[in-house]
Amino acid sequence: MQMTGAEIFVRTLADLGVETVFGYPGGAVLHIYDALFQHTKVRHMLCRHEQGAVHMADGYARASGKTGVCLVTSGPGATNTVTGIATAYMDSIPIVVFSGQVPTLLIGNDAFQEADIVGISRPCTKHNYLVKEAKDLPRVIKEAFYIASTGRPGPVLVDMPKDVLVSSARYVLPDKVDVRGYKPNYEGHPKQVESAMRMLLSSERPVVYAGGGVILSNASAELSELTRALSLPITTTLMGMGAFPGSDPLCLGMLGMHGTYQANMAISNADVILAVGARFDDRVTGKIDEFAPHAKIVHIDIDPTSIQKNVRVDVPIVGDLKDVLRKMIKSAKGRKDVAAFREKTSEWREQLADWAKTHPLSYKPAKDKIKPQYVVEQIYRITKGNAIITTEVGQNQMWAAQFYTYDKPRTFLTSGGLGTMGYGLPAAIGAQVAMPGRLVIDIAGDASIQMNIQELATAVQFGVPVKVVILNNRVLGMVRQWQELFFQGKYSETIQPKIPDFVLLAEAYGAKGFRATKTEEVASVLKKGFAAEGPVIIDVEVDPEEMVYPMVPAGAPLTKMLLV
Amino acid sequence: MRHTISILVENEFGVLSRVAGLFSGRGFNIESLCVAETEDPQVSRMTIVTSGNDQIVEQILKQLNKLIPVLKVVDFTGTDTVDRELVLVKVKADNDTKPEVLRLIDIFRAKIVDVAPRAYTIEMTGGEGKVNAFLQMLRPLGIKDIVRTGKVAISRGM
Ligand SMILES: Cc1ncc(C[n+]2csc(CCOP(=O)(O)OP(=O)(O)O)c2C)c(N)n1
Repeated sequence: MQMTGAEIFVRTLADLGVETVFGYPGGAVLHIYDALFQHTKVRHMLCRHEQGAVHMADGYARASGKTGVCLVTSGPGATNTVTGIATAYMDSIPIVVFSGQVPTLLIGNDAFQEADIVGISRPCTKHNYLVKEAKDLPRVIKEAFYIASTGRPGPVLVDMPKDVLVSSARYVLPDKVDVRGYKPNYEGHPKQVESAMRMLLSSERPVVYAGGGVILSNASAELSELTRALSLPITTTLMGMGAFPGSDPLCLGMLGMHGTYQANMAISNADVILAVGARFDDRVTGKIDEFAPHAKIVHIDIDPTSIQKNVRVDVPIVGDLKDVLRKMIKSAKGRKDVAAFREKTSEWREQLADWAKTHPLSYKPAKDKIKPQYVVEQIYRITKGNAIITTEVGQNQMWAAQFYTYDKPRTFLTSGGLGTMGYGLPAAIGAQVAMPGRLVIDIAGDASIQMNIQELATAVQFGVPVKVVILNNRVLGMVRQWQELFFQGKYSETIQPKIPDFVLLAEAYGAKGFRATKTEEVASVLKKGFAAEGPVIIDVEVDPEEMVYPMVPAGAPLTKMLLV
Repeated sequence: MRHTISILVENEFGVLSRVAGLFSGRGFNIESLCVAETEDPQVSRMTIVTSGNDQIVEQILKQLNKLIPVLKVVDFTGTDTVDRELVLVKVKADNDTKPEVLRLIDIFRAKIVDVAPRAYTIEMTGGEGKVNAFLQMLRPLGIKDIVRTGKVAISRGM
C-alpha cells in the first residue's frame, strides 16, 4: 500500500510500540502532525519549548528504561533540542529525536528555517541520519531505536526533509536490523573475569565504585548480589545513585567533589577498586595523579573507549555489566577463599564504619532559618524513599543526592555529565508520564527552575501531577559557593534581585502553589503539597548562605576535603 | 609518534566529517587524509596520517571503531606495509633549467604530464621520502605549484 512519508513515519512508530511522543510542531513537520491528528496508538504531548521536549523524553527513558521519543520542526525547533541531546549523550540515555528539515532541494541554500542539525548534533549524538527517501523511513527509524537502546545507549537523531514526508512509498518494516559497522560486545571475556576475581580476592582494602552504567544495563540485582556475597564496601557516583541500596550498611554513599568522607577516604586508601559502569569523571577523581594512589583497578564497561581513558586500568573487561557480574557471582560461588576473604577484609570495613561515624554528612541547624538539607530530609521522611526524584543543577542537586536515600535504581534522575540547569522539571514530567502511579518530585533551585518553567503549562494541560520543591535561596547558590570559597566573597552576578512569586506563578499556569517560610511548617507544607492533586510548586525559603559540604576543591586530591 | 591509520567505512555522505570530527573535536591535527571507493563500491577506505602520544592515539582508534559507519580500523604503525603518495608539481622550464629538470625526471622515474612554453607539470609517485627528495632537488630550479595526495597504504603480502 502506498502511503506518504508522514504516514509511514507515524505507522512505524506505532508498529515499534512507541506510545508517547514529546514534541512541538512547525512547517517542516506539518504533514506528520496531520497524520498524528486523532491517531489512537501514538500519543503526542505538546511541550512549550523543544528543550523541554527532549528532557521529557530523557526523563521518560531514565525512569522506565524504555527509549524516549521526541519530534520537532526544522531550524529553530531542531537547534532548541541541542542542549537536551547533549544532556542525554553525556549520561548515555536512549532517546530518538526526530526533526523536520527543509525540502531536499533547498538544503544548503540558507532556506527559511534551515539548520544543518545533522552537522550540529554530530558530536553529541551516538549516531544521526538524514533520510533521503520515504521508503527508507521504516528501516532508518528501526535502526535509530536499535542504536539508541543497545550497547552503550545514547541519543540518535533522525532528520526528515519535508519533501520526503510528502512523497509516497510502500510501507515495509524490515524484520531485522543489520548495521554491519555496529556490533556491541555483550559478553565479558571469561579469562578476564577470572583475573578480576583473583585480584579482588587478593585484596585487603577493596572498594566497588559503581556508576550509571549499572542502572542502564539493569544490573542492580547482580551488583547487590556480588557485593553482598563478598561483603564489598561500595560507593556510587551521582549517576549511580540507587544502583545499590543507599541504606545498606555496605554503602558508603557518593564519592567525588561532594562525596562523603568515608567514600573518598575508602577510594584513597583502597588496594583494589572494582569500577562498574563508571567512567572516572573529573568530578569523581579530583586531582587525577593522586586518585586512588594505592589501588589496582578492575574496570568493567560496555564501551571500550571508557576504559584506560582517564586512569590506568589493570584488568579491563569489555562487556555488558549484567553478563560480567553474573559470571563473577558464579565464580564467587565456586571458590573456597571467599569466607577467608570476608574475614580478612573485616578490619577494613570497621575502619570505614569508623570514618562514617566520625565524619557523617551533616549540617548545622539554625533556629530562624530553614536549612535546605532539612527540607530534603523531610521529603525523604514523608515519601519514605518511595518517590522518583529529579533535580535541577547546583546545590539543590547535591543536597538531593546527599540527604535523600535511594534504594532502587531509576529513582534519582539528574543531569550528571552536562550539568544542565532546567533539566529537572521537564524530566519529572517525562518520568511521571512513564510511571503514572508514582510520586515524582523535582528538587529545584530558584534559578534553574526558571530555565524551563514554561513546561508547567505542559504538566497542567496533560494533568501530569509532578511536584516541584524549590529550595529557594534567592541566589545562584552553587556559583555563589565557589565565589565565597575561591573569589573572596565577591558575588558577581549571583544574587537574583528579582525572583518571581512562585506561588502566584504556579497559579498563573493553572497549577497549585504552596510556601514555607519557617522550619516548623516545612513538613506540613510538603505533606499538603504532595497530597494536592495535579502539578504543584512548593516554594521553600531557605538559608541563602548554606553551603554544600564536604567539598573537594577543583583540582585537589580527594583526601583534601573541606568539611562542615 | 607518527601513525598511519587505515579505516574501512560505509560509502555514504557525512562519514568523512564524522571521522574528521573525531580528530578536530580533540584538538588533533590530521597530516593527510585520502579516501576513495574500494573494490566494493559500498565501502570506502581512508588512510589518515596523524601524530600523538600512544594513549591519545589508542583513544582515537577506539573512538573510530565506535562510529557506526566504520567497519574496520587498522593502525599500520610498526607493521609491514607498502605506502605511496602522488605529487603533481609545476616547475619552471626555461633553456637554463630544462636539462636539469629532465635529468631529475629520469632519475626519479617521474613523468611529464603537461608542457607549456615556460613550465612542465610533472607527475611522480613514491614513498614519502622519495617525494620529499624529488621536491627538494626541484626547488632551486623554480617550483610554481605543488599538489600532493597524502599517503595511501596497504598491508604487505598474503
Ligand atoms: C544551563 C546552565 N547554565 C549555567 C550553569 C552554571 N551553574 C551551575 S549551578 C548554577 C546555579 C544554580 O542556581 P539554582 O538553580 O538557584 O540552584 P542552587 O545552587 O541555588 O541550589 C549555575 C548558574 C549550568 N549548570 N547550566
